[in-house]
Amino acid sequence: MSTIHPTPSGTRDVLPDEMRELHAVVESLRGVFGARGYGEVRTPALEYEQVLTRGDPAAADPAYKLFDEQGNVLVLRSDMTIPIARVVSSRYADADPPLRFCYVAHAYRSVRPQRGQDREMLQAGIEVVGVPGPEGTAEALTVLCEALDATGLEDYRVGLGDASLYPALLDAHDVDAGARAAILRELQARDFVGLERAIDGLGLGSDASRTLLDVPQRRGGAAVLEEVGASADGLRGVYAALPAAVAGRVIFDLGLARSLGYYTGAVFEVYDAALGVPLGGGGRYDDLLGRFGRDLPAAGWALNVERLHIALVGERRGERL
Amino acid sequence: MSGLNGLTLAVPRGALMRDTLALLDGLGVDTAEVRANDRKLLFEDAGIVTMRPSDVATYVEAGAADLGITGKDVLAEQSERAVYELLDLRFGACAMVVATTAGEDRLAESLRRLGVMRVATKYPKIATRHFERTGRQAEIVEVNGSVELAPLTGLAEGIVDLTATGTTLRENGLVVREEILASTARLIANPVAHKLKAAALDDLVARMREALRDG
Repeated sequence: MSTIHPTPSGTRDVLPDEMRELHAVVESLRGVFGARGYGEVRTPALEYEQVLTRGDPAAADPAYKLFDEQGNVLVLRSDMTIPIARVVSSRYADADPPLRFCYVAHAYRSVRPQRGQDREMLQAGIEVVGVPGPEGTAEALTVLCEALDATGLEDYRVGLGDASLYPALLDAHDVDAGARAAILRELQARDFVGLERAIDGLGLGSDASRTLLDVPQRRGGAAVLEEVGASADGLRGVYAALPAAVAGRVIFDLGLARSLGYYTGAVFEVYDAALGVPLGGGGRYDDLLGRFGRDLPAAGWALNVERLHIALVGERRGERL
Repeated sequence: MSGLNGLTLAVPRGALMRDTLALLDGLGVDTAEVRANDRKLLFEDAGIVTMRPSDVATYVEAGAADLGITGKDVLAEQSERAVYELLDLRFGACAMVVATTAGEDRLAESLRRLGVMRVATKYPKIATRHFERTGRQAEIVEVNGSVELAPLTGLAEGIVDLTATGTTLRENGLVVREEILASTARLIANPVAHKLKAAALDDLVARMREALRDG
C-alpha cells in the first residue's frame, strides 16, 4: 500500500531519465560559458530582503519571504541578476572590469492558481559586467547564440528591442507623466487595442498618433530600424557589432517590453517555433550595479533550462507553431 | 497573400461565431465546411479550430493556435494570459453589469445592514476586482449557468453577468444597477507567433482592419 505525498503546486521531482537529459543540456551550455571566459558562481537561494529590493523594488518581487531566528526578513531569489550585482559590489569591489560570470541556478516566482506555472525554475545565464553597449550587448547575444547552438537547438530566433526607445518617443511627443504610465502599462500588457485608445486620448495630431501606435508593433529585419531614425542608433550599433551568424537570428521588435524594471537599453527574448512561450531573455542594465555601489555598465541573460529542454524535444518530434 | 496566410485561428463557437465567419468570408477564407459541420472541431484546410469562447485564450497562449477571436469579457476574466490583443473587431457588443431584482437595491441594503453583499457570477475575477476597486465588501458566489436564478431564489442578492440586449434580465425581473465593462470581440495572438510569423500576421491584421472599415 503506497501513499502519495504531494509537492507544492508548481514544483516537481526530477527523476533520472529526465535528469540525464537536463544534465546534457546544461553541460553544453557550460562548455560555451567556460570557453568564453565566464566564471561560474553560486549564491545563496536565500537573501536579505533589504539587499534584493535595493536592486529594484519591483524586479526583486520576491514571492517567498520568511523570518530568520533574529527576525530578519529573508527572501527566495526571483532571479540571479540582482544577487550577482551584490556579488560584484561586495566581493569584487576593487577588481578591474570587465568581469564575466555565469550560473546555473534555481529561481523562485509566485504562481497564479491552476495555471501549471513553475514556482521553482532552473535558469542558466551569464552577466558581462563593465563592457558598455554596444560591444557588451553584442557579446552577450553572441554567447547566447553559441550556447543555444551547442545544445543542438536549430529553429530559434532572438527578438531584439530597446527598453529606452519607446519612452524616448513618448518624451519627444511631450506626453505627460500620467498618460505615459498608462501607455506603458498597455504596452507591457501587450494590449494594442488599449494602447490605441490611450494614444487617441492624448489628442495629438493623426501623424503623431500613428507613429506612437505603429512603432511598438514593428517587427522584422533591419529595415524596421530605417523608419525610426536616430532613436534606433543604439540597436544599429548592436546589430553592426554582431557576427553574421548571430545577426541572422535577430528579429527586431520595437515593442519588446520585458517585465523586469531594471533594463536601460537593449532587451531581447529567445523564441523557438516548437514552443509557444519564450525560452528566456535578457538585456542591458547600466544603472543596476550603481545601486549596489559599483557603477558599472552590464548586460546579461537567462535561459529557462526546462523550457529549452521542451523545445529541443519538440524540434526533434517535428512540432511547430 | 490570401485566406489566413497559413496561420491557425481559434474561432469561438456560440454567439460570436456568425460574425466571425462573416469576417473570414470577407477575407477569402473558405468557411463552408465550418458552417456545414456542427460537431467537427478542427478544419485543417481552412486553418480553423473551433472551441468555446472561454477556451480561446488558453489555446492561443499555449501556441496551439497562432491567433484567436474571443470577447473582451473572456480576456478581462483571464487577464493573466500572456497573449497579444491586436484588434477590436467591434462585433459581439455586450456589457458586464451588476444587476439585482427590481425595486429597492438589495445589494446596497445588504452592504449597509450586514456589511457584506452576496453576488453570484460566472466571472469571479471581474466581480472581485470591481467590488474591491469600488471599496465594497462582497462575497462572490461562483455559478456555471443561469446566473439570473441566484437573486430570485435567495442564493445571492445580486449578480455580475454579461448582457447584450437586457432581455434575459428583464424577463427574470432584474434591473441593471452598474456597468462594469463594455465588451466586443477581439483578435488575439500568441507572443511567439507574433514574432516568428510577423509578416503573415501583420498582413492578416491589415486586411481585417480594412474589412471592418468597409463593412
